[in-house]
Amino acid sequence: MSLTDFIDALTGRMTLEALPFWKMVQNPTPENIVNGAIATGVAAILVLAAIAVLALLTYFRLWRTVWFDWLTTVDHKKIGIMYIVLSFVMMLRGVVEANFMRANQAVGFDGGFLSADHFGELFTTHGTIMIFFVAMPFLSGVINYVLPLQIGARDMSFPVTNAIGLALTASGAMLVMASLLFLPFSIGGWTGYPPFTGKEYSPDVGPNYWIWAVTLSGLGTTLTGINVACTVYKKRCPGMDFWKMPMFVWASVTTAILMIFALPPLTVATAMLALDRYLDFHFFTTDAGGIPMLYANLFWLFGHPEVYILVLPAFGVWSEVFATFSGKTLYAYRTLVWATLSIAVISFLVWVHHFFTMGQSAGMNAVFGIATMLVGVPTGVKIYDWLLTMYRGRVRITTPMVYALGFVMLFVIGGASGILLANPTIDYQVHNSVFLVAHFHNMVIPGTLFGMLGAYSFWFPKAFGFMLDDWWGKLGASLWIVGFMLAFFPLYAVGLLGLPRRSVAYSEAAYTPYTVVAMLGALVVLAALGAMFWQLYVSIRNRDALNVYAGDPWDGRTLEWSISSPPPVYNFAVGPEVFARDAFWEEKRAGHAYQIPDQWEDIELPANSWLAPILFFSSFTLTFGLVWHMWWLVILSLLVVVGALVARSFVIDRERTIPADVVREEHLRWLKAVREAPSAPRELEVAPGNWGRPQSEAGVPE
Amino acid sequence: MDSPDVNFLDPEGYVAQQQRVHFWRIVALMGLVVGPILVLTPLIAYRYRFSGNSTYTPDWHFSWIWEAAIWGGPIVIVTILSYFLWQNTTALDPFEPLPIDGEPVRVQIVGYDWKWLFIYPDHGIATLDELVFPEGRPLNLELTSETVMQSFHIPVLGGQVYAMEGMISKLHLAADRPGVFRGRNTQYNGHGFHRQQFVARALPETAFSAWLDTTSTDARPWSDAVHDRIAERSTLQEMTEGDDTGAAFRDVPGDLFSGIVGPMDRDPDWRSRDRRDASVEAGPADGPVATATGQAADPAR
Repeated sequence: MSLTDFIDALTGRMTLEALPFWKMVQNPTPENIVNGAIATGVAAILVLAAIAVLALLTYFRLWRTVWFDWLTTVDHKKIGIMYIVLSFVMMLRGVVEANFMRANQAVGFDGGFLSADHFGELFTTHGTIMIFFVAMPFLSGVINYVLPLQIGARDMSFPVTNAIGLALTASGAMLVMASLLFLPFSIGGWTGYPPFTGKEYSPDVGPNYWIWAVTLSGLGTTLTGINVACTVYKKRCPGMDFWKMPMFVWASVTTAILMIFALPPLTVATAMLALDRYLDFHFFTTDAGGIPMLYANLFWLFGHPEVYILVLPAFGVWSEVFATFSGKTLYAYRTLVWATLSIAVISFLVWVHHFFTMGQSAGMNAVFGIATMLVGVPTGVKIYDWLLTMYRGRVRITTPMVYALGFVMLFVIGGASGILLANPTIDYQVHNSVFLVAHFHNMVIPGTLFGMLGAYSFWFPKAFGFMLDDWWGKLGASLWIVGFMLAFFPLYAVGLLGLPRRSVAYSEAAYTPYTVVAMLGALVVLAALGAMFWQLYVSIRNRDALNVYAGDPWDGRTLEWSISSPPPVYNFAVGPEVFARDAFWEEKRAGHAYQIPDQWEDIELPANSWLAPILFFSSFTLTFGLVWHMWWLVILSLLVVVGALVARSFVIDRERTIPADVVREEHLRWLKAVREAPSAPRELEVAPGNWGRPQSEAGVPE
Repeated sequence: MDSPDVNFLDPEGYVAQQQRVHFWRIVALMGLVVGPILVLTPLIAYRYRFSGNSTYTPDWHFSWIWEAAIWGGPIVIVTILSYFLWQNTTALDPFEPLPIDGEPVRVQIVGYDWKWLFIYPDHGIATLDELVFPEGRPLNLELTSETVMQSFHIPVLGGQVYAMEGMISKLHLAADRPGVFRGRNTQYNGHGFHRQQFVARALPETAFSAWLDTTSTDARPWSDAVHDRIAERSTLQEMTEGDDTGAAFRDVPGDLFSGIVGPMDRDPDWRSRDRRDASVEAGPADGPVATATGQAADPAR
């Protein structure tokens, strides 16, 4: 074997052309220089940021903490926090990419400053990242953090599996990040339709990145779904029958069921596409009996339930937020449950509306169009239920409520544009246009993202023991709302005027005013993100004044507010028992909150495991090797994966015990703090001076 | 010259006119749902604000009257919308001929990266990126692709339909008056995507006949070499640069389209050049006369 052969085997299909600056150096045309400079700049920022993080961890001697408290942890709360951190990091990239695309289209009349392929990579990574590595980790994180606390559990059913789910998602995200250093990513869009992404038309490695990143995320999410469903079925505390579960728990378990059934078609579709690309299968080619339409069906069989996977957890959040900040029990709880479940069922019956234009019969299109509009019924009911929850309540406008009100008003507009798209005769016109882009951003930004940012504002004090600064929070929320409207309402208009999505340039001068406004909107969204990061900084700086250790800053209704902030590692010193849906609210009303338990017991918790971090690194190297055909790396990584799984099966000591004395001491210290905390009237809710012990509205007579 | 028309809310043909009606009808019906919510949300939040003195009923959580209203309202609206959806969708099936008078013009369309080939099987001619047709007569289109999935769309005339390799889709359009309209592919297919536009030109009847005559005599003859050149990944502009291929062709074989689509029971090699050549040879002798009889093999029939 010669040296060249050896190097070829080592590098697989990677050559110097994979480097972001190579094309610009080899062929310095103005276009190559602009695009190369952007790509190189971004890659440099990524490398420098990684170096900075590693250096800071070393300087502050945090490696032990990182390994023992975070990477190997199986604590659902820390896993939830890591999911959300991952989501914010990826969100930053996604929003910056959006700004590049908007800027390019603002000057896109007869050509922008980006090359067509660069633009293609941007819209592909933007969509892939925002769906799979921002929205999904965010909601998985919120569910992970909140759900066990709301059902009075000490952890999820499968804590190690939970950590593995995060590990797979994170390695998928890392793979997308790696594509900034070793180009190119796919240009086939987040939907990855073959035959364009097949071997014949995309012989480069780009679609490989997309396939493996999405596959990792899909596997991780499937594990999360199974875990959440089992946790809800098996780990509810005594007294919590199905009709006493908080609405967020209902939303989570419904989401989990959707995950279990919807993600496998995606994993199958990407696996089949991989077989086409790697082993010359012909599932989705037009020769040798393959059929590309099969992919569209498989993808949207996942893709449409996915929309509800994204939005149902947010609906759960809104139910908590509206009830809490109206000081009032949720209107028509059972109706909301039935509405949630029917949305889940209908979500599997509408996928064809993503390709009305693919040539089905008119009758088929009409059936799927009507099924699609049916979703509007339970969704509309939910909206009215939230309004009726505010009705005759005492509504406090906090940061989560700003998001909630913005959500309701913007979401119904998105719903109306969805009804338009559900009508095949209209869809024939606006399909594949930026009208569609405006519609789905109208659903996932006010719907999912506002829901998740509302959840972040709502539960942050629970997770970290201090409030987020309300002024900066409201500014951030307002900027999100304004930025969204500026960025996407013009796209509705310019979509009706016929601008196709994914256009790097256009030839109608009339589009320019709209794209310029949309660019300003994208800048406002960037400012919103800035306000949120500044809010975090300000809040950390003032954390002593914003302290809510007593644990109940919002005059909460459900179990998570009945414990300290942050909660102890075992969540509940003594397992709770509930007698009402608004369990903690009723306790406060009856004057039974904060009681000293009669007896204390040792608490057994799952012990840390190194399995997840090992799978994180090895699944990354495995898929990176697959992307670039570095077979030695693939084999090596597979050996590590299998070895780690086998080794884990020999680990006998999988639990650790927290002695009763420690529990008792911690809990009594907290109860003392609760008793000493001045009880805050709701007027002081967001001001420093809310110590987490409310002067509860539960005491107010009707 | 002004840009070609591109806005379907300012329609130029039967289908787009219907679509505009549907659009505004749905917008109006949805306004009945959206409007109240846009008004009620801030109103309720303000009326029941914490610092106000409105009624406070922290335990009120159900009312059959409200329940009937909030389920009934959406159900009524969706039922009305569903009725119209069914009517409109079945009436405007793009695969079905339009209910308008006139001798239909047949055009077969092949999508390439990044250009469109328009074949006039009844006249033995073909054009690239320019669809010429008479006003007022139905335009019966058959579509396929010789590359990845594409979507064919002339907004001011009507809806879009995917063109897919090895398959035939159909689209029926018509223009009310003469005009120049923008058409394009809307399905992303690589770096020439945004330039895959064409002009749809509706001519008065006499002008159309004249155009047919000119093209049948003056255009360049079709050949396999031309076909190969078109099949390359390029825009029309890139293709014709430094080349005399041109954008209009005569003597186009009548079974060109069916040869491109291939047999519906595809065998592994159906796309290969040999086979296409074979099918061309097997077809009727080239020229307009043979195709005008409509005898060309067409697997869609």
